[in-house]
Amino acid sequence: MNGTLAALLSIGFHGLAFAMVLYLISVGLSVTMGLMGFVNLAHGVFAMLGGYVMTSLMNRYGVPFLAALALAAIATALVSIPLERVLYRRFYGGAELDQVLLTMGLIFMSIAGATYLWGPLTQHMEPPRWLAGQVDLGFRSFPAYRSFLILCGGLLVIGLWLGLERTRFGAQIRAAVDNLRMAQSVGINTSRLFMLTFALGSGLAGLGGGLGADLLAISPSYALQYLVYFIIVVAVGGLGSIRGPFFAALFIGIADTAFKYWLPGLGAFFIYALTMALLLWRPQGLFGRA
Amino acid sequence: MAADDARAATVDAFARRHRFRALEAVPWLLALAGYVLFPGYLPLGAQILATILFVLSADLVLGYAGIVTLGHAAFFGTGAYTAGLLAANGWGEPLSGLVAAALIAALVGFLSGLIILRTTGLALLMQTLVVAATLYEAANKAGRWTGGDDGLSGVVMWPIFGVFRFDMFGRTAYTYCLAVLFLGWLLARQIVHSPFGRSLTGARENTARMHAIGAPVAKRRLIIYTISAALAGVSGALIAQTTSFVGLTSLSLERSGNALIMLIIGGVGRLYGAFIGVPLFMIAQDRFSKADPVYWYFWLGLLMVAVVVFARGGVLGIFERLWKWPAK
Amino acid sequence: MQGSIHRVLVGIIAAGIAALLSPAPVAAQTTVKIGIINSYSGFVAQAADEMQRGMDLYVKLHEKDLPAGVKIEIIKRDDTSNPEVGKRLAQELITQDQVQVLTGVILSPVAAAVAPLTAEAKVPFVITNAAGVSIPRLSPYVVRTSFTLWQECLPIGKWAAEQGWKTAYTEVTDFIAGHDSEAAFIKGFTDSGGKILDSVRYPMQNPDFVPFVQRVKDAHPDVAFLWVPAQTQATAMMNAVRDLGLRDAGIHIVSAQDLLPDEELPRMGDTPLGLITAGNYSTAGDRPANKAFLAAWKAEYGEQSIPDFFSVGGWDGMAAIFDLIKATNGKFTGDEAMAFLSHWKNPDSPRGPIEIDPNTRDIVQNIYIREVKRVDGKLANVEIATIPLVKDPWKELNPPK
Repeated sequence: MNGTLAALLSIGFHGLAFAMVLYLISVGLSVTMGLMGFVNLAHGVFAMLGGYVMTSLMNRYGVPFLAALALAAIATALVSIPLERVLYRRFYGGAELDQVLLTMGLIFMSIAGATYLWGPLTQHMEPPRWLAGQVDLGFRSFPAYRSFLILCGGLLVIGLWLGLERTRFGAQIRAAVDNLRMAQSVGINTSRLFMLTFALGSGLAGLGGGLGADLLAISPSYALQYLVYFIIVVAVGGLGSIRGPFFAALFIGIADTAFKYWLPGLGAFFIYALTMALLLWRPQGLFGRA
Repeated sequence: MAADDARAATVDAFARRHRFRALEAVPWLLALAGYVLFPGYLPLGAQILATILFVLSADLVLGYAGIVTLGHAAFFGTGAYTAGLLAANGWGEPLSGLVAAALIAALVGFLSGLIILRTTGLALLMQTLVVAATLYEAANKAGRWTGGDDGLSGVVMWPIFGVFRFDMFGRTAYTYCLAVLFLGWLLARQIVHSPFGRSLTGARENTARMHAIGAPVAKRRLIIYTISAALAGVSGALIAQTTSFVGLTSLSLERSGNALIMLIIGGVGRLYGAFIGVPLFMIAQDRFSKADPVYWYFWLGLLMVAVVVFARGGVLGIFERLWKWPAK
Repeated sequence: MQGSIHRVLVGIIAAGIAALLSPAPVAAQTTVKIGIINSYSGFVAQAADEMQRGMDLYVKLHEKDLPAGVKIEIIKRDDTSNPEVGKRLAQELITQDQVQVLTGVILSPVAAAVAPLTAEAKVPFVITNAAGVSIPRLSPYVVRTSFTLWQECLPIGKWAAEQGWKTAYTEVTDFIAGHDSEAAFIKGFTDSGGKILDSVRYPMQNPDFVPFVQRVKDAHPDVAFLWVPAQTQATAMMNAVRDLGLRDAGIHIVSAQDLLPDEELPRMGDTPLGLITAGNYSTAGDRPANKAFLAAWKAEYGEQSIPDFFSVGGWDGMAAIFDLIKATNGKFTGDEAMAFLSHWKNPDSPRGPIEIDPNTRDIVQNIYIREVKRVDGKLANVEIATIPLVKDPWKELNPPK
């Protein structure tokens, strides 16, 4: 198969895999920020936690891959609940500076905690036997693990979107993002809604962190290292939206991969320039509300 | 009559706010004492003084204009590289280096402010991050000139006024930084107590009303952003000149973040937050991060959380509350 | 009147008792103060830890070898991976603590910032890691016991061409160390008749190597030179190699020892088997000095702990300092120290014979071509060829003006 086509396929594939991971991690952040008006810079900590839990379960206790992944997501969601109840909700809709500093402090504590618990090195993740190697589709072969990632991510995305449209919980979220006061006055328990949404978003982030441990290496400085990626996805996609971050993640994943492939080193400039231009044109992001 | 007197007194006090009070001499006396009492720590002292100027400039933008920025290091780094590149390429005169740094940093501040200050909230925060990140990448890519990751070396400074050589003990550096900080502080103080400065506070508190009374909010935000960038550039140049080195860390997210942290510890929007927060932070970092870096990050993070939750105004905020306490 | 006489008497008696009780004056002791600047915090903390352990182990084992009446005092400082902090610490060590020797330093930018100070203060600086090629030229008081990337990558380039591999593709991290390794490999490879298909540089904080490795796979060279800084990203790179089946596609992979650090190997699964790197130290090195070193290491730090080339750099740096102290009885000026150190040799280093080149004050050592093989059930970098006593090629090719 000819060179350019091969390259394009590569880029599309790897870009999509990267986009899936970014999306899974960032969608929770988008909803939290849109719903609770809280700039949670520490969102990456949940992804990191999910990654650590999954790799620890797999490496130290031999827990099978899928089980470890599920447990990682659940553990992260559970950990997020007391954090939300005790700390975060004092600052909903509050001064941005406070939220920035609070969450930065949490990031630092997470760096220390992760170093203390797991050491300063990056965590190694060995994909399970049934996902090792390549998948041969005839015209080209693709890495099996990444293919699984795309599939898994795709199913979760569909599940999320359907959930938002078809379930009562989803309707409540949509209502509260649209107009919080109205939602409260029709009897929606917004406090409980916040807690559940936050847990869901954090759990998803944990799942994304675990799934993407291969792409975004799990190390103590994870939350700080990849902060800019997550924030760009959310800012470009639009706060409070579930669809927006998907397209933003797609854009970043593919652009980043394309540049790495063709013009390494310039990718960062391109993404920054486009982000800046887009935010100037639409400060609320692609799908956010003005 | 009594009411008139009371009103006259209030107006009088308000009008005289900009006059110097005795308490304001304290930081400078302490700085001079430091020179005498700690002759072995002058290099650290010089870096603290230069950093105070940096955080002070951040306070102008953050505390007074209410612009939350995570990219202030962009201007610090611009100033540092300007001064550094001048000196590394043959022009080692310190004072003109400072002026050049201020001008270039102001230009960068003006241009970036022009573009990004239209937005607010998360979008603005994002933009400040992006500007700083872009400059970081540019400095990294231009490795041939900037030294890239290794940093810019070969920065050779000429003596100040042809007389005061930058010595290894840091004596010249300390006095130099102290003098520049003093001038920068005077400027900041002047701005803050001027009608211009007041209008910024007004814009921060209630933008709609400011628009309603016809105050040009956007223009003023841009002006203060530019001035703050210039001051940040000067502080970067000071560090570059006194350490004879410029590295990529001068443009990093960590530097921007640390500035915010030092400011919040000292107290935002009170002009002197920088003077308290910076020494506290840098001395603690010097002492404790040596012992155990893991603990340093943990306690720093915990402190930040605690400050935000319990002591929003930082150290100065606590003093204020204690001061008012007997009155209650 | 009586009261004050009493007081005076009491004072005299007290002074007398104090004089009697105070210990007899001891023979004059010489204390040599050594300042270690290391990156205990920051992204190279792991490497710093390895280096520090190497230094500490040497000190522990050889402190008794010091001449009578001479002892050392070690002062450690954390540069937090920041050159300006490192410079300030060096200043304080020299002016406040008055160290006679400076040593350590992981990162080249830190070393470059500290070097000019040593020239001004005339304090010897024994660099135990920072590999920037031109650093010894920044001050006549600098000597290095670690390595340079040119030392490792030029030989591997030459060796690769000698295997009959005609085309190569290079990928390195986009910073000075990466550029050094790239330039050195290309010179070695092309000087021996090879052809470089393309050279790519990836950004420093790069999370994912798969797109870059994909390029290599699509270009299909005979050999790929993939370089990353040791530890942090080595595993990520090997994951990308594994995921894309680069080896199965018939592409050979070479690098410097940074790609396969000894303590990361256990974590990389089977992917590294057969990979060739050039380096100055492997735990699998077969010589008595290495066996003794490993035994002492395991005894001190536990069976699970693995030393690497950072540790050996620190070990040999301390050896140089100790030899200096022994030769001068702990009393030396900066110039005397440099006269000694510039001619220092250690035939018994765990990595083999090493010496300092008096002209460049840089290290001259054996460079080993190593292949990853399974030894006793575990993967190890086994030395398959030795290039003896390599001087830093960059300095030979770029004489000072």
